[in-house]
Amino acid sequence: MSRRIDSQVAGAPALPAPKRKSRSRAQSDAGAVRRRRLGSAMTYTFLLALAVIYIFPFVIAIVTSFKTEPNATADPLSLVPHPATTTAFHDLYSGQDFLLWVKNSAIVTLSVTFLRVFLDSLAGYALARLRFRGRGAAFATIVAVMAVPGVVLLIPKFLIIRQFGMYDTYYGMIVPLLVDAAGVFIMKNFFESIPVSVEESARIDGASIFRIYWSIVLPMARPALVTLFILSFQGSWNELAHFIISAQSASLDTLTKGVAQLASGQLGSGNRYPLKLAASTLMTIPVAILFFVFQRRIMNASEGAVKE
Amino acid sequence: MAKRYAQGPWWRLREPGIHGRQAAAGWLFLAPVIVILGLFLVLPIAAAAWVSFSDWNGNGSPLGAHAHWVGLANYRHLLTTPGLDQNNFGEALRNNLYYVLLVVPIQTAVSLFLAVLVNRRLKFVGFFRTAFYFPSVTSSVAITVLFLFLFNPSGVINKLLSYLGATGPSWLYDPRGLFHVILDQFGVHQSSSLSNGFFLGVSYWDWLAGPSIAMCVFIVMAVFTTSGTFMLLFLAGLQNIDESLNEAAALDGATEWRKFRYITVPMIRPTLFTVVTLGLIGTWQVFDQIYVGTKGSPLNTTLTPAFLSFSASFNSNEWGVGAAIAFILFAIIVFFTVATRLLTRNPDRVPRRRRFGPTQRIGNQDASRVASAAPGSAP
Repeated sequence: MSRRIDSQVAGAPALPAPKRKSRSRAQSDAGAVRRRRLGSAMTYTFLLALAVIYIFPFVIAIVTSFKTEPNATADPLSLVPHPATTTAFHDLYSGQDFLLWVKNSAIVTLSVTFLRVFLDSLAGYALARLRFRGRGAAFATIVAVMAVPGVVLLIPKFLIIRQFGMYDTYYGMIVPLLVDAAGVFIMKNFFESIPVSVEESARIDGASIFRIYWSIVLPMARPALVTLFILSFQGSWNELAHFIISAQSASLDTLTKGVAQLASGQLGSGNRYPLKLAASTLMTIPVAILFFVFQRRIMNASEGAVKE
Repeated sequence: MAKRYAQGPWWRLREPGIHGRQAAAGWLFLAPVIVILGLFLVLPIAAAAWVSFSDWNGNGSPLGAHAHWVGLANYRHLLTTPGLDQNNFGEALRNNLYYVLLVVPIQTAVSLFLAVLVNRRLKFVGFFRTAFYFPSVTSSVAITVLFLFLFNPSGVINKLLSYLGATGPSWLYDPRGLFHVILDQFGVHQSSSLSNGFFLGVSYWDWLAGPSIAMCVFIVMAVFTTSGTFMLLFLAGLQNIDESLNEAAALDGATEWRKFRYITVPMIRPTLFTVVTLGLIGTWQVFDQIYVGTKGSPLNTTLTPAFLSFSASFNSNEWGVGAAIAFILFAIIVFFTVATRLLTRNPDRVPRRRRFGPTQRIGNQDASRVASAAPGSAP
């Protein structure tokens, strides 16, 4: 499973990287070598400049959350807080319901993620492996549903959630997110890519279908499950619109909703930039951790995704 | 169930038994997904369709006595009846149209460019990929808060501009249209002939405003946050290209640009289609950023149909109008997706049935590509 292809040797045997090949050819030509070296220096400078543009905003956010408000306003660009303070974080803790938001986000995200991975893989397995009447139609429906843009569904979902009496409850926030068609699609594709033979021998040995799925197929599907886990976690942790339409009481505010309220700034005086940036930095930490833990898998999506 | 099969003729003893078991398990496995999608996707669409043809104002149940059938009144209200709602809708469409027209090409170009850059065998290439991708994992709320800070009138961006001797605009507070500002530089001011004609309650002159300076901030933000995701998609496409093609071209003396233009671009056409389509679908649905950042201000120039649909329903209690906007938006997205499909169709491509040999590899990856939009979708 672990195609841990280091970026240095990206896709080594199958896909020789462009530069190496042409370099060996060009080595006879000293001018070409010099030109290439100059070219690569320029490439690095350029890449570095781009990387700074992409990273700098986050650095600024972290630094500013340790500044005082006058300092953040007067000198937004400086990378050294002067004076450095953790007031913003204390304010979040004591002045805002930050811990409540964290708790709500955690409850919703964890429930959604684990259940979604399970339900999507179950459905994906059925669509990939089990033969039954109506399978094609079920799959077509799921794909069609995938095509409906989410924002279009905001009002409709609110209407239904209210109709079912789930408005302003955890159920209303969680249940509609439990299933996503794209996840089913990913799992189905994955299950189709692993050989049937193991399952067949288990079936001959008399294992039940659920047992085959649970103890044979799922362990083999770890890469796809991890992918789905990352997507679901990130998606539900960062979700805003659905929580806006499914709940209204402050006790059910998630991080996204809470910080959004902070941002629109009806509360308190001043611009409160350190406070807002501290909040947005903190709320980024869980997805950032997830990202760095699974970085290799995410970044090698490229190699991994090639399915022939 | 099993008993009945067991009593059947011998040739049906085995097969239907297994298939019966599989059918039961299959539907059981699918049940949660089907029930939830049905209840929270299909049913809502039906309910919203009804509301868009009704005069429901938020009281009671939309299926009860408070809602009455009004036919196309809500749609007419938006499309043909002059008034505040039509004006808002027209402005929202204009704003979002410019947003789409700028974001989609820029983000496609930037992400392809980044992908080509990090597709080389370079030291630290992993670091660069990470740096470019990181903004994609953060939430729209956090990023919007950050951009509100960066682009506030005395913020980071204007500070940087002042070092360069330039005075930045007040960004999110500046409703002037970009094209109007540029035209103004050339001495072109509001012309009366264009101000007297109206479409959807917005004068022709205002249709030509371009994105407002405020909207430009959201445009930059969109490119910043999505280019990483699309870079990964392009990277996957690029690594699918057979290197011998580039080598053959290099032997023939092709320049880097010509290789890019005549080998890379045609080979990644399916990815290109996917990226443009996903871009179009995403950019027509701008909601979070507007909700967090501006709520449509200044002077409605960051209003989008998605946000208008929300605020018409939840703030103004015009649920029928809100639902109608959602369906019009849906139609727009479908239209753009189909149009992209038609426009990017490869003229040389042999129809699927008559395709043979290696060409097959190039064309039929759309579906797996969409799936692999997910990071790391399996080796």
